[in-house]
Amino acid sequence: MACNGAGGCQSGCYKDEEPTSDQPTASSETDSRSSSNLCIKCKLNDAISGYGGIDDGRFCADCFKSNLFGKFRFAVTSNAMISPTDKVLVAFSGGPSSRVALQFVHDMQERAHKNFEASRDRSLPVFGVGVVFIDETAVLPIPSHEMEEAVEVINLIVSSLSPPRKELHLVPIETVYSSDSTDGKERLIELMNAVSDPTGREDMLLCLRMLALQKVASEFGYNRIVLGSCISRIAAHVVSATVKGQGYSLPADIQYVDARWEIPVVLPLRDCFAQEINMFCWLDSLKTIKLSTGPSSSINSLVSSFVALLQEENPSRESTIVRTAGKLIPFHFNRIPEIVDGNVPLATRRRQKRYNLKSNESVSSESFCLLCNSPLDKSEIVDWSNHKNCKNSDTFYTSCCSSCQFQILPPDSTSMEKFYMHLPHSVVSRANQANNGNLKALREQIQDCLLSDGEEET
Amino acid sequence: MEGKRSKVRMCCLCNQSRASLNRPKTLQQICRDCFYLSFENEIHQLIIDNHLFTPGDRVAIGASGGKDSTVLAYVLSKLNRVHNYGLNLFLLSVDEGITGYRDDSLETVHRNQVQFGLPLKVVSYKDLYGWTMDEIVKLIGLKNNCTFCGVFRRQALDRGAAFLKADKLVTGHNADDIAETVLLNILRGDIARLSRCSSIITGEDGPIPRCKPFKYTYEKEIVMYAYFKRLDYFSTECIYSPNAYRGFAREFIKDLERIRPRAILDIIKSGENFRISTNTKMPEQGTCERCGYISSQKWCKACVLLDGLNRGLPKLGIGRSRPGIGCKEENESRGVKSIESKQCGSLDF
Repeated sequence: MACNGAGGCQSGCYKDEEPTSDQPTASSETDSRSSSNLCIKCKLNDAISGYGGIDDGRFCADCFKSNLFGKFRFAVTSNAMISPTDKVLVAFSGGPSSRVALQFVHDMQERAHKNFEASRDRSLPVFGVGVVFIDETAVLPIPSHEMEEAVEVINLIVSSLSPPRKELHLVPIETVYSSDSTDGKERLIELMNAVSDPTGREDMLLCLRMLALQKVASEFGYNRIVLGSCISRIAAHVVSATVKGQGYSLPADIQYVDARWEIPVVLPLRDCFAQEINMFCWLDSLKTIKLSTGPSSSINSLVSSFVALLQEENPSRESTIVRTAGKLIPFHFNRIPEIVDGNVPLATRRRQKRYNLKSNESVSSESFCLLCNSPLDKSEIVDWSNHKNCKNSDTFYTSCCSSCQFQILPPDSTSMEKFYMHLPHSVVSRANQANNGNLKALREQIQDCLLSDGEEET
Repeated sequence: MEGKRSKVRMCCLCNQSRASLNRPKTLQQICRDCFYLSFENEIHQLIIDNHLFTPGDRVAIGASGGKDSTVLAYVLSKLNRVHNYGLNLFLLSVDEGITGYRDDSLETVHRNQVQFGLPLKVVSYKDLYGWTMDEIVKLIGLKNNCTFCGVFRRQALDRGAAFLKADKLVTGHNADDIAETVLLNILRGDIARLSRCSSIITGEDGPIPRCKPFKYTYEKEIVMYAYFKRLDYFSTECIYSPNAYRGFAREFIKDLERIRPRAILDIIKSGENFRISTNTKMPEQGTCERCGYISSQKWCKACVLLDGLNRGLPKLGIGRSRPGIGCKEENESRGVKSIESKQCGSLDF
């Protein structure tokens, strides 16, 4: 989700404060006045600066805003992220990135709506938009008054973004348990307490958050989840995944599309810098929320500050990092699956096909970590023929990626058993499915019909 | 190191002697003997698993007199004796011609030659290129001088190894160095180097393959080993690049190590597991038209730099002269605050 706590979130606060000295933009405005550079695009207005990145100081406020929206729209159209028949769920944390993502999705929907009204045949319907906020008070030390205020602000924001009207889902993180028991919150706390490593706790929460998002999306019939991950966030993820030894699975997380989940996840702000997003929020006075979650001593926060420091020294550093990682081979699920449903209008299907990326090169992987769902490297895949009589919790342990084994799962068998007991049903059922070797057996049946070769993973 | 703890802790490996240190890599509390043993065994295992050497090989050890190469020379000669590798080991040093730094460290290498009983060959920039680093710095100043030194050293080592008729060249790059290189190549977008920097053997297509037996050995443990064994090594920074050790990336790795010692190994593991798209343009390997050394360009970097020096145009070959991956890195690493630490590989090759 958005840059909550990942640095660069100082701008805007849910309290009604005047944008004052701590704003990165306050000083820059005086800068631009003194230097009076013209915007390189419209050549009419004074350029503004302070939004970082490669284009800093080249555009005026309006051109900057349309440029940022342009990056978003290009990402959406060139990766077939949103089709007219889709129902899109925006994951909103209240932070600047997801706030801007929400704004842009709304703008796009509004335009589509106008076009729809104006067109004669009305062949392209308007995509639907919903908003989800995951309340993590169960496992994070967020003061209750902050959360109450946040909920109020979120309600206001979402209701202001209409028409078209958007449904808002305010969901507690323990919703991942809701189908299997009533003591979800207690089990969640037990589960999180079993994780001792601070980085492991953060990453565990990230997995659970994704589970919650998936659950809401599938329950309410959404077929896309939009995350506000910006380039700064992704750059930090590249470095932290490297540090955690996840070099194999890293490319899966940093593409525009991640369809390894039941509901595909898309990252339309992948080309926008955090500073640009902060500037946009400030220019348009978009309200954002920063919940205080306490200090963090994790690898994730160390990496974030390291990358932010490098970005200060060189304004293209974050994009260099992401471009480097972009040269690693993505996975087969890093694209929107093609629509095969005949009921979908032809125009929509044609549109989607045109823009969907050609799968010229990708790795297909059919084994995933049971906890974080990252594709497993050959060395991490266990041969089940030797593990016939193991306890469920032990088999679970061995079929997780080495990074989860180290930083999340308890090392000894007894605590592992307890940990396993407290896992949400959806995770356990995924485990059972994997244990049965269902996929493998199915695959063997259709082996002779498969064309692609690059599947040594099986 | 023997603390005055009220409770005597025993070594968690042998359970016989008192634990006297926290092993940096694993945080196990062990005794000195177990430390030596596991330190050496890990390197032995790595050599065996990766078939680094074959019996009868002539192996040149890049020796600078610094801690890494000194420990490497000591451990390799010990393992060669104990496990009967059947190797002919040599020390190979490069004399860059830096008064007040290299002359002193070369003395250390000369002492090591006697202490370890290994033959030593010294190749000097003056003999190979006609220039010492002192002369180069006098001409070009303290900016970009590390570029000359780094490019020249690479070739000097290969020439020295060829002179010794060596089959392999081993260098003292440790795990921290390799983790740092992996990170730096990500940060600066050098995909070609990223794809090869974490291999244990490099340059197999070149004249002499290079291996890094310390690939998984932590710098801290090397220092510890050298300290306890009272090995004779030289620990002064290069006078032309006194702040080479203050790089962002190095500090970051040290911070990571403090939170999670395993992070260094994990970075190397990530580096090994990166699958780089075959669509990515890689520089093509060829040979230099002038000296025959491997090069992706018409002339190898050393010849370009040397030509510039001899024609009185020392800026030739530095910075923007060559488009592509290599030049970007050089531009970036010359910033006021470098993100890189050992840009000139001051103490070890």
